[in-house]
Amino acid sequence: MHQFLQQIFSGLAAGAVYASLALALVMIYRATDLVNFAQGEMAMFSTYIAWTLVNAGLPFWAAFVITLAVSFVGGMLIERIVIRPVESTSILTAVVVTIGLLLIFNATAGWIYSYTLQEFPSPFPDRTLFGALMTTRDVGVIAVTLVMLAALFCFFRFTATGLAMRAAAQNPESARLSGIRVGRMLALGWGFAAAIGAVAGIMVAPVLFLDPNMMGGVLLYAFTGALLGGITSPVGAVIGGLIVGVTENLVGTYLIASQLKLTVALILIILVLVLKPNGLFGTAVVRRV
Amino acid sequence: MAETLPVDGTAKLALDRESAMVFAAWRWAGTAALIAVAVVLPFTLSNYHVFELTQVMIYAIAVLGLNILTGYNGQISLGHGGFFAAGAYTAAILMYRYGVPYWATLLPAALVCFALGVLFGLPALRFEGPYLALVTLAMAVAMPQLLKYFDNWTGGKQGLVLTKPMPPLELGIDRDRWLYLLVLLVLLIAIRVAANLLNGRTGRAFVAIRDHPIAAAAMGINTARYKTLAFGVSTLFTGVAGALAAIVIGFVAPESFTLFLSLSFLIGSAVGGIATIGGAIVGGFFIEFVPNFANDISDAAPWAIYGLTLLLFMYVMPRGVVGTLGPWLARSMQRFGSARRAAK
Repeated sequence: MHQFLQQIFSGLAAGAVYASLALALVMIYRATDLVNFAQGEMAMFSTYIAWTLVNAGLPFWAAFVITLAVSFVGGMLIERIVIRPVESTSILTAVVVTIGLLLIFNATAGWIYSYTLQEFPSPFPDRTLFGALMTTRDVGVIAVTLVMLAALFCFFRFTATGLAMRAAAQNPESARLSGIRVGRMLALGWGFAAAIGAVAGIMVAPVLFLDPNMMGGVLLYAFTGALLGGITSPVGAVIGGLIVGVTENLVGTYLIASQLKLTVALILIILVLVLKPNGLFGTAVVRRV
Repeated sequence: MAETLPVDGTAKLALDRESAMVFAAWRWAGTAALIAVAVVLPFTLSNYHVFELTQVMIYAIAVLGLNILTGYNGQISLGHGGFFAAGAYTAAILMYRYGVPYWATLLPAALVCFALGVLFGLPALRFEGPYLALVTLAMAVAMPQLLKYFDNWTGGKQGLVLTKPMPPLELGIDRDRWLYLLVLLVLLIAIRVAANLLNGRTGRAFVAIRDHPIAAAAMGINTARYKTLAFGVSTLFTGVAGALAAIVIGFVAPESFTLFLSLSFLIGSAVGGIATIGGAIVGGFFIEFVPNFANDISDAAPWAIYGLTLLLFMYVMPRGVVGTLGPWLARSMQRFGSARRAAK
């Protein structure tokens, strides 16, 4: 029982990271119907920025805030420069462009920082709590994620910009007619997604160690989480990410050796999706014929 | 995908009878000349270049399969590397464990991959867009792990080393050139089959389902049947390409069939033009040669160059090379035809 609870908690901590990245995917999907395959590599690149800053002697949380700001601006620039020109063509073209971005970020990071594993400092002391039930790191990661979610919720719920962004995502034509700069809102969405991804990267780096391929697996789990929750639902993305984290951990501990862990976790989740094709919290898109 | 993608533009031109016949004659002549060049070409090149071109054609067959599914039927797949692997391993296991001659493995590989595709297409009926992408992505990710797991069949991590086929002695050509011609033959058959399928009733049903599933169903098209069929045919092509790859390379291992292979197919498909047949060949060239080209430009970060090249292609020709140039060619032919008529 003790081991079971332990696995649940460490699964939740891993899931919190997946949830953050899943949320970033959902933000971009809601705004542009586009699955951003470069999301993981963007987060990896942000994490390298944080690593550089920490190594330059900045305190951890200062580096954290600066990285978030840089990522936000970087995300907006990517939307403006790279995505905007292909936005009006076809979804597949845009998806392939994000695959191109993925390759560019991965190779550039490898070129600048090399492919060797780097140790990344953890902001949380490594202690166990409640009779070894969970570690402070797990608690810290979950807490950071919760704070971020609360901040995002308040932003989208209570500010004018947040409202405008929701409007632009939901109905671009009407939003434009009521004077919202839809293009700017899309860029903001990419900025937020990049910053959220940066949080995920920084939280996961102390565990996985930093290297340019760090986020490959994480992106897959995040994608799965986003779809499990329903790709149109931010709340669903968070819950989906957490479920994926716990499932992955439990499957790895009790069901099967880690070799096939990923496969089994994916199959389980696809089975759920066969029963609920729009995800747990997603809504079917109704199109006018 | 809501927007309409152009179908091969050359197929439907409003021309008068005479011009149409002239163009048809030119097309035949052009095709015959191209095939002649393709047959003669390996005898003027070094063995290594012949091998590279063989690879190009194998990728082209695989991309053609993906084009049928994604371009014509609108179902996105990130997992075709998995079906490529299935085809390769079917051929490899038949050759390695049962001593089946290499040429006899293509049909079983085709059948196995058709069956796999239909099995996969059934649950895929319930999925759209990103959900289908996830399910197929899972296939691509799971395949290398499964191949490693069932190691008494697949040879596990080490893979299987196959004896390279011998060319028929009476032809008097070496192995590389023989394999090149074999793959060329399969490619030509694949293109012919795909063209017949896609320009006919089945192809129109595929496109109708892609453009408007509800309207297609209302017009009496059995949506489920055609979507499953598209999946099966698509994976059949890709599986045959996989079997050819196993025969030509003479080696299969799980690490050759990573997620990146699946992404490469999608990239090749998009660069060539997803709703075209000729685009598959352009895609094959892109998959085979652009990584080398990127390596020549920059040793340090070749994949960054590859990514940049990809972005450049997508900006200049968002509908792919053939998807952009094809309609342009069709328009100029149309203009030429009208000019001829006016001159009379």
